[in-house]
Parts: sequence; C-alpha cells; structure tokens
Amino acid sequence: MPAPRTLFDKLWDEHVVCEPAGQPALLYIDLHLVHEVTSPQAFDGLRQAGRRVRRTDLTVATVDHNVPTTSPRHVISDEIAARQIEALRRNCAEFNIPLFDIDAPEQGIVHVIGPELGLTQPGRTIVCGDSHTSTHGAFGALAFGIGTSEVEHVLATQCLPQRRPRTMEIRVHGQLPVGVTAKDLALGIIGQIGCDGATGHVMEYRGEAVRALSMAGRMTLCNMSIESGARAGMVAPDETTFAWLRGRRFAPQGAEFDQAVQGWRALAGDEGATFDRMVEIDAASLAPFVTWGTNPGMVTAVTGRVPNPASAANAAERRAWERALDYMGLAPGTRIEDVAIDRAFIGSCTNSRLEDLRAAARVVRGYSIHPHVHALVVPGSQAVKREAEREGLDQVFRAAGFEWREAGCSMCLGMNPDVLQAGERCASTSNRNFEGRQGRGGRTHLVSPEMAAAAAIAGHFVDVREWKFR
Amino acid sequence: MQPFTVHTGLVAPLDRANVDTDQIIPKQFLKRIERSGFGEFLFYDWRFRGDGAPEAAFVLNQPRYEGASILVAGTNFGCGSSREHAPWALLDYGFRAIIAPSFADIFATNCFKNGVLTIALPEAAIAELMRRAQEVAGYSLTVDLEECAVRDEQGFTAAFATDDFRRHCLLRGLDEIGLTLQHEAEIAAYERRRY
Repeated sequence: MPAPRTLFDKLWDEHVVCEPAGQPALLYIDLHLVHEVTSPQAFDGLRQAGRRVRRTDLTVATVDHNVPTTSPRHVISDEIAARQIEALRRNCAEFNIPLFDIDAPEQGIVHVIGPELGLTQPGRTIVCGDSHTSTHGAFGALAFGIGTSEVEHVLATQCLPQRRPRTMEIRVHGQLPVGVTAKDLALGIIGQIGCDGATGHVMEYRGEAVRALSMAGRMTLCNMSIESGARAGMVAPDETTFAWLRGRRFAPQGAEFDQAVQGWRALAGDEGATFDRMVEIDAASLAPFVTWGTNPGMVTAVTGRVPNPASAANAAERRAWERALDYMGLAPGTRIEDVAIDRAFIGSCTNSRLEDLRAAARVVRGYSIHPHVHALVVPGSQAVKREAEREGLDQVFRAAGFEWREAGCSMCLGMNPDVLQAGERCASTSNRNFEGRQGRGGRTHLVSPEMAAAAAIAGHFVDVREWKFR
Repeated sequence: MQPFTVHTGLVAPLDRANVDTDQIIPKQFLKRIERSGFGEFLFYDWRFRGDGAPEAAFVLNQPRYEGASILVAGTNFGCGSSREHAPWALLDYGFRAIIAPSFADIFATNCFKNGVLTIALPEAAIAELMRRAQEVAGYSLTVDLEECAVRDEQGFTAAFATDDFRRHCLLRGLDEIGLTLQHEAEIAAYERRRY
C-alpha cells in the first residue's frame, strides 16, 4: 500500500514535471497571476532573451497595488505609477495576456479576484509576484509568492525549479469564541510561533475551528501564513469550498463541476499522513488581538498591555522590543484599550471581502466614527463593492463618517496616495505592521474588521466582544 | 546571473533582527519599471531623515563602512514582501553577500537569482562577526563559494552550508530559465497528460 500522503504531498506529486539529477524538481504552475508592480522587469527579460509567454491561457493580469481608490479611476496623478500601469497594458497586449484593467468590472486585488472569478481552484498550483499569494491555499491549492525573476521564469516556461519544502500542521482545536475571527486566529498563531516560525514550511490548517471557517475566513487565515515565514498555507477543500466555487465564472460548469468535485474530495490528507512539525492551538484560548509592535508576531489580546522590554526572553528580543516601542510611541505597561487611534483602514487582501465588510458594518450600524478619527473602507474588488452597495453597506459606512472607496491594495502598503502621515496611529485590517509600511513614521496596529470598526467609533481600541450592537 | 566565486570586501554590521523588505526598499520606489538604479534608495527611511538629510547614526552613513560589500545582519533577514527590488537595491548599492543567522525564503531565492550570496551562520558566529566589524577598523571578510567558507585575516573561519544546485549556478552564472527550457520535452509531455 502506498504511504499515506498529506494534502501538500498530493499537490506536489501531481505537479512535478521532472526531477533532473542534482537539480531541484521542476514544478508545473496551473495559474499565474500578474500585477503591475512586480512584472515589468520580467517582461523586459523575456524581450531581451527573445522568449514568449508559454501559456497565456494560464496567465491573468490585473492592476491593484498602485491604483488610486478615488473616482474617477483613470485619473492617476502619480506619473511614475501611471507609467507602471501603462507598462502592464503594453506588456499584456504584446504578449497576449488577459488583463482586468482599472475600469474593468472584474478589477480588484489579485488575491480577491482570483477566487471570486473561480480561477482559484482546489488542487491547482498558483503563483504571483506577491507574498500574499498564500491566500489561495484556502481552496486547497498550493499557492505561493515569487520574485520578479521567477515571474519571468513562469512566463517563459510555466514551471519553477523548487526544492520540496517541509510541512507543518497547525491543528486548531475547539471553536472560536464569539467576537474572535479568522484574523485573530491568524494573529494568535503568529504570536505563538513567531514571525519566522514557519520558514521553509508549507502549513496546513486543520481541526474543528478551521473546518468551521467560511471561505472568507480561510482566505484571511491562509493570507497571513507568510507573516510567520511560511512558504504557503493550505486548507483541505470540503463542502464549504465546493459550495462557494459552484457557478463562479471560470470554475467548471454543470456536470463538469460535479466531476471536478469528485477529484477535489480526494485531495484531503490521508489518514495517518504525517507532517514534519505540528503546532496545536486551543481556539477557546483566543481573544481579539491587537499588534503593538513592528512585526505581526508582536501581538497581544485587546485586554492585554504593551509588554515591558525588561521581561523579554533575551537581549536581542529586548532590543527589538525597545526599538518597536520607540517607533510605535508606546510606553511599556499601557493598556491596549487606552491606545487612541487617528485612522482606521478596512481593506487589503487580508480583510476586504464582502463578509469582512458585513462584519464591520454590523459594528458600525447606528454609530458615528470618533471626531478625531479618519476612516477608510476599501473593498477588495469592484465585485465586492457592487455587492456591498446592493446590500446598503456603503450607506452604513458613509452615514458613520467612513470614506467608501474603489477597489485596490490602498493603505495596506501605501503605494497609491492612501498613506499615513508620520506619527499617525492606525487600526488596520491589513497584514503588516512594519515600520513605515503604511507611510513613513505611520504606526500600524493589525486587527480584525470588527475591531477596526469599533476602534474607529470609540477613538481607541475596545473589546468587540462587549460591543453594544445597534 | 552574475557569477559568484570568491569575494573579499569591507563588512558593514546591521545589528537588527527581522529586517523586512519594506525597510530594505520602501514602497514608493517600487513604481520604477527598470531593474537598475535602486541602490540610492536602499534602507531609505533608515539612511535618511524625513527632511532628506542623512541619518548620521545609521551604519551605512558612517564613513568607516563606505564601500562595504558584505552585510552582516540579524535573524530572519528579508522577511515580508516578495519584492525583488530588495536584492536589486542591495546589489546596486554594492553588496555581494549577506551573512545572517537565517533568511526569509522568497528573499533568499531572489538574491540567488541576482548573484547575491546569502550565507547562514550560527548566532554565535554572527555575534563574533558583528563585534569584529564594529571594533576592527577596515574589517573585511573573504567569502569563498568554491570552498563554502568565510574567513578573515584575524583567524576567523566558518564553513557554511549551501544548496548544491544553487552553488553550481552561482559559480558559473547560469541562466536558470535556459536550464528549465532544456526540459522542453518533459514539460510538453506533462502538458499533454494534464491539459
């Protein structure tokens, strides 16, 4: 009998084209997502070498990172950004790659539209020149971020030379308490294993709490895998996955879909399959989390306090904490709920899906944001925006004083005009709280959409588990 | 890629852990569509103050480290964003090798693709290199990829592990896409089977 295999093992085995002696395996890529920022130099490389794009039918492009989120969309005041977007248009036209451009109804953050359009499917290998490609693992795909040289490699060959990564099981026991979201689970895991705790590994999230997550929740969870250094994060596909995918534009249709589901069911890890490492999490022990420092592993419960560097485990950690607190303008021992904010950002490939906006709107309904807070909602895609508007969510946000924007990466990384000013403190649903990430000198606290919404209203962090919904 | 065999150069110590690629090259410089010219923006927010004046205390602004081509740094160097602009900036600034206790995966691959050598050494060795680079004027190291060893003129020597295939490519400056295309028959057969 063949040895039992994990979900990852099955995908890996299925995609190895060949394993030349003394070289890494050549892995076939089923879907290559392309955006404006990490692709121009790759296309230049193709031109210089006289190479073509091998599989234009497995390649899809959109613009998301540096597009403005204000209307009218085609007015891009930043000339260098405009030039980069124009370069993608030219490259897509020259190499015959489908492009969802800024005015297309499909436009959005690449990790939001891939799943939304049904391009992201179980069993696929998916790459993109963006570290948050791990998002697509929520569907039982093997999806990982790559650099521009690798983008060029995939464009030219549809393959990537890859060493087999190690595997890591994240088993989440029990159920997430009310008010504790997939974002909090992700932050809790990173807090436990550290921001390099999964380097070299592909994670598979398993257990009761993971099974209970919606697809949006699974995407949030897998999205943050890279923040602990993981190569990828995955969730085995199940009925939740199939129901979500059925009827999507590029998913198999009709009888073909049912046939595909049969194959997808077989992807789940076999009984007795083993991982190189295992981490266990008790869902009941989790709370709404807030990061206090300058990497996502620097995190504590909303009921907690900013830690004291004197209690750090070693000298290096103490220095890192001191530096982080200095940058964040926080004193040791400060209660998280006493930390006042200037800005709130609801958006990014981590938390900009319809379900995220619904959850935030539920908190916001009937309230107004704090007079000192400037708050922004940026839907992950034009489709999310349309659907949210159909449900009236935009009215809930606008009535409370939020700005309601067009789709894009926006203030997650501030490549477009949406940035923090030096010293401004932001409750953000994005994925990175690095120094200057949202703007030079800006101070980012990562939270769930519910927590960001509540903080925008209160003017400081509050425990959303005690929120009085109106 | 640019070949890497043996390199001797001045060492700059960056005594920080978890240096992310947002620090190595901030986002406002990712809008360029060229591969070159990123060096002047390397560690921009650390090298320059808000008003654009150099931050005198930052290691790369200290005259003694001018012309450094080997960077010694803390654990998990290059974490975060997959931006290849990070190794482009390091290389353009003049760095050929980075020595740290550990590296983020995507960053290490991106460095390899550009002929920048990433060398992982134990924490104790890094601490020693950090100390020497801070205390010894003009401290330089030799990084030898043929021998897989790092050594200085004061008796420090350390062997490092490396992926055989990457070492082979770096020593010869091989075009990896060209290598993959040698397997055209296998790729085509795979496509016929699956698509």
